[in-house]
Amino acid sequence: MNQYNFPDAKGHFGPYGGVFVAETLFGALDELKAAYAAAQVDPAFRAEYEYELKHFVGRPSPIYHAKRWSDLLGGAQIYLKREDLNHTGAHKVNNCIGQAMLAKRMGKPRVIAETGAGQHGVATATVAARYGMECVVYMGSEDVKRQAANVYRMKLLGATVVPVESGSKTLKDALNEAMRDWVTNIHNTFYIIGTVAGPHPYPMLVRDFQKIIGEECLTQMPEMAGRQPDAVIAAVGGGSNAMGIFYPYINVEGVRLIGVEAAGDGVESGRHAASLTAGVPGVLHGNRTYLLQDEDGQIIETHSISAGLDYPGVGPEHAWLKDLGRAEYVPINDAEALEAFHNLCRLEGIIPALESSHALAYAAKLAPTLPKDKILLVNLSGRGDKDMHTVAEKSGIVF
Amino acid sequence: MSRIKSAFDRLNGEGRKALIPFITAGDPDAALTLPLMHTLVEAGADVIELGVPFSDPMADGPTIQRASERALAKGMTLRKVLQLVVDFRKTDVKTPVVLMGYANPIEAMGLEKFAAAAAQAGVDGVLVVDYPPEEAVAFGAAIKAQGMDPIFLLAPTSTAARIEQVAGIASGYVYYVSLAGVTGSGALNVQAVAERLPLIREKTGLPVGVGFGIRDASTAARIAGIADAVVVGSRIIEEIEKSTTETACANVKALVADIRRGVDEVKQ
Repeated sequence: MNQYNFPDAKGHFGPYGGVFVAETLFGALDELKAAYAAAQVDPAFRAEYEYELKHFVGRPSPIYHAKRWSDLLGGAQIYLKREDLNHTGAHKVNNCIGQAMLAKRMGKPRVIAETGAGQHGVATATVAARYGMECVVYMGSEDVKRQAANVYRMKLLGATVVPVESGSKTLKDALNEAMRDWVTNIHNTFYIIGTVAGPHPYPMLVRDFQKIIGEECLTQMPEMAGRQPDAVIAAVGGGSNAMGIFYPYINVEGVRLIGVEAAGDGVESGRHAASLTAGVPGVLHGNRTYLLQDEDGQIIETHSISAGLDYPGVGPEHAWLKDLGRAEYVPINDAEALEAFHNLCRLEGIIPALESSHALAYAAKLAPTLPKDKILLVNLSGRGDKDMHTVAEKSGIVF
Repeated sequence: MSRIKSAFDRLNGEGRKALIPFITAGDPDAALTLPLMHTLVEAGADVIELGVPFSDPMADGPTIQRASERALAKGMTLRKVLQLVVDFRKTDVKTPVVLMGYANPIEAMGLEKFAAAAAQAGVDGVLVVDYPPEEAVAFGAAIKAQGMDPIFLLAPTSTAARIEQVAGIASGYVYYVSLAGVTGSGALNVQAVAERLPLIREKTGLPVGVGFGIRDASTAARIAGIADAVVVGSRIIEEIEKSTTETACANVKALVADIRRGVDEVKQ
């Protein structure tokens, strides 16, 4: 694996990724590629990004040894990378800062974004406010109803939230609509994609802005635990928090990379969002990757208790890491995720996001099968305040 | 020679420009698509673009999105679209049919299998919106191997190098998207299109069709003055939306015939 160097110049991760968009978007993508290439070699850009991460986001995020929980599970030690402690409460902001800085560099005064649960929308609205940019967030009308608090947050931050009524009225349709806005307003608009999907250069660019998570872990784990972990575990919807923590570990031998997908009611039920576990390769949203689709190639609706994992595709680099055998991808259903959610609340005093709870649930499954000197590093990608309504509802409580 | 080339050669000989209407297969239901296709021909269509509905039509505006949703809700699939072409060919062996859609339904069927089935059905050209030339090498080869034309889009933002790339892989015609936006957008600037066409003609000898934003006879006439073909989609879908099953063919016929008159106002 020492030769891992993806994507290629055309944005391919093996057979995945690429640029599957209409001709009308090529100008904008070429402009973005050029701007990013220039920014990458500009020390001033790097310095500003690091300054923002430190002073606006609050990085580095700490690593925490969940000792009580580990002891109770009776096996491997579980460490948590605390992305939930970032400003805005999740890893999403790392990427938004980077892309907003690119937008500024390119002279685009208007940013747009898609959002499912609203986390990426909130992070984009936050950064747009910070940089004084106009911000429009597309959100499926079903999600607008389910996530009223986040809609209000975005509005407080000065963003316009546009409910999307087409298709299944969820995240994938919001992404379609954001693409349509972008192609129409290319002259003044920057599209801040929230995950490691979309046409090249987005999967690479978002990964690069998120890899700070894994880079910090490479330094922090020896300090905390005396060595690198035996496995790194992260939830995968589109896959940005997982790519962020996996990427710096790809070339580190002996570290298992485990992506945890949302199995909803169970993979066998057909009501899930586990693209890598149960999907087949196809083309959606500008890239080739594993997709949940019917036999006629239509994209099917997904189900997960976690809105942030409720997506029928997955970033193309995950598809490639799966085929290469470098990363493993496993399903965790709603009930398992909820159990881990409650355990972390009660045993460690941390309320995790439902997305991150999927990664925690797999760690809880794996830990007891391993000796006590083994180490699992879980990316706690976000905090669970946004999920209060969902969890309360599951417990039969109405606010 | 492909039906598309024959059609353009014939029109060229007559000093006329092509009219290419677009409808979505299965909108509002499968039973109406075949009569609508024949209606388009009666009203003066030279080539028919038949949309293959997809769940996530990223490059389409609200009108064609709704058409796709209606078609999918009624169970339209790529296999059924090909059957519609088979049925169309029972009585019309002359009018070229171009399938227009997205990559995933084709990849789900399998590229080679699709190309063979489409050629067998009587399809003449295939335009996959999200296959730009750099991702379409295998597609172009598979389509051409079956004697069909791979059709590609060009945009106001296409550079000279990209136009060359498209010219190298396309056959039949090229489809110039007249504005930055999605299908059904407003405000087509004829002057801007006119200024862009010489660069395209310098790079390819293929006929150039222009679409996106053409809604009436007078715009069609002006586009026909500079391009080889006029493509009209969303406006026709709107007419189908406004009609009942009983009135759809008559209303579409009147609309398309009117646009045909516009196209024919300009004769070389």
